[in-house]
Amino acid sequence: MSATATSRELSLPRWLALSIAGFVAFFGVWWAAAASGFVAPQFLPTPLAVLERFVALTQAPFVGYTLQQHLASSFGRFALGFGLAVIIGVPLGLLMGWFRTLDAIVSPLFDALRFVAPIAWVPFAALWFGTGIGGPVLIIFSGAFPPCVINAYRGAKYVEPRFIEAAQTLGASHFRMITEVLLPASVPSIVAGVRISAGLGWQSLVGAELIVASSGIGYLLVKGQANISTAIVMSGMIAIGIVGFAIDALLRRLEQRINRRRGL
Amino acid sequence: MDRGRERRPVWVGVATLVVLAAAWYALTTLTHAIGSGRFPSPAEAWEALRQITLTGYADARLLEHVLHSVKLVLLGFAAATLIGVPLGLAMGASRAFEAFVNPTFLLLRPIPPLAWIPLAIVWLGLGDAAKVLIIWFAAFVPAVINSYSGVRAIEPYLVEAARMLGAQRAMFVREVLIPGAMPMIFTGLRLSLQACWTTLVAGELIGAIAGLGHVLYQASLDIFPAMIVVGMASVAVTAAVMTVGLGWIERRAMPWRRA
Repeated sequence: MSATATSRELSLPRWLALSIAGFVAFFGVWWAAAASGFVAPQFLPTPLAVLERFVALTQAPFVGYTLQQHLASSFGRFALGFGLAVIIGVPLGLLMGWFRTLDAIVSPLFDALRFVAPIAWVPFAALWFGTGIGGPVLIIFSGAFPPCVINAYRGAKYVEPRFIEAAQTLGASHFRMITEVLLPASVPSIVAGVRISAGLGWQSLVGAELIVASSGIGYLLVKGQANISTAIVMSGMIAIGIVGFAIDALLRRLEQRINRRRGL
Repeated sequence: MDRGRERRPVWVGVATLVVLAAAWYALTTLTHAIGSGRFPSPAEAWEALRQITLTGYADARLLEHVLHSVKLVLLGFAAATLIGVPLGLAMGASRAFEAFVNPTFLLLRPIPPLAWIPLAIVWLGLGDAAKVLIIWFAAFVPAVINSYSGVRAIEPYLVEAARMLGAQRAMFVREVLIPGAMPMIFTGLRLSLQACWTTLVAGELIGAIAGLGHVLYQASLDIFPAMIVVGMASVAVTAAVMTVGLGWIERRAMPWRRA
């Protein structure tokens, strides 16, 4: 991006110096607060202590599993809930974008349900599916579903009318219209929606596991909290951040690749 | 909300809801295909609604729970807006400040607000302070990022014109920076509000003494599906009302954007 006139661009060494100063300030304030002795290490461990605990968690099991195993079970739930949301949400959005009656039937329901925070499904998730895999998956699904539907719908709605008219003139069936006109034309919008929904899904997973789960990274946080061990809680938060960041980075690369191939 | 190029016929939507209500009645009350241990019948839901509004449930009446939740959300949201928006504006206006603050931001941003709940509980316990802290955090990140992008999206010629005409710093901030960034600021606030609400419900589900999340928690302990439905509906209605309220403020704040 070219420089906006709100301020001048920084030279690279200055930018680097300031960024490093920022990092140092963040960890410095943290370390100083922890080492000063005003706060018990149980409540605010030093950055180094958190790192040590993080490494320890990857080696020795905590509440039954090591950190990697907790992450693996979380990721399995996430993949299932997110996968279902994409597989059901995207086709539904496309269909709603094509069949106006379906749109009129589903939209009011959808708009009403969208205001229910995904996390509010927790009691029913526990009641219907228990705390194993079903409960968390329902919550992840309800977090990840709306962006898939909305973006596929918008993508289908804003396809250039002349493509649709051309396909209609050539006698395309409803099925071919959706798979060969609407779907390809809305891919950028769909991919953007999938990225949003992955973020929301991952966040809902954490919430779900805080409440209804007996393994997983959220469960690790709750148990760390119960043991009043800030170091464990922070290690879990770091792991959540890293995985969330990795998922987003992966999807962003996919998005860029698709957009580049389409010459956007 | 504008979603699509033509208006949907209203009657189809109404008809859907009527059909759905009829199906609900048929499946639960008439045929008992869905047992009341899994999903309540309309009569049970109505009874639960009456109970919570008139005599109370989980230590308070519905209105008290709603007000308690809304109060916490507004506190956290206001604190996040007051700190986050100026911070974002400053990051947008000064590259040096951005370079200095960004590392902290990069480290904290990937951690979802819900993951802060256990930490807040360890630090502050199960009371209101912990809730306000996590709500603050949930709203803070979107408030900063969008204010920042808002400043960066201001047309350079507006900035140059203001400079050339000799606008002083305070005047520049008041007349160019804030109005220019306003649309994005409000986008951020809308996202913030949503995040706040989700986070609060989660926080109250995990541990609280009042609030809608607490109602849900208590209902799920008591295996009381009718009250769960009432709780979920209250969460949805309250969220919708707050969103509408913010939209009203947005139109007031930017009268020039009447499209």
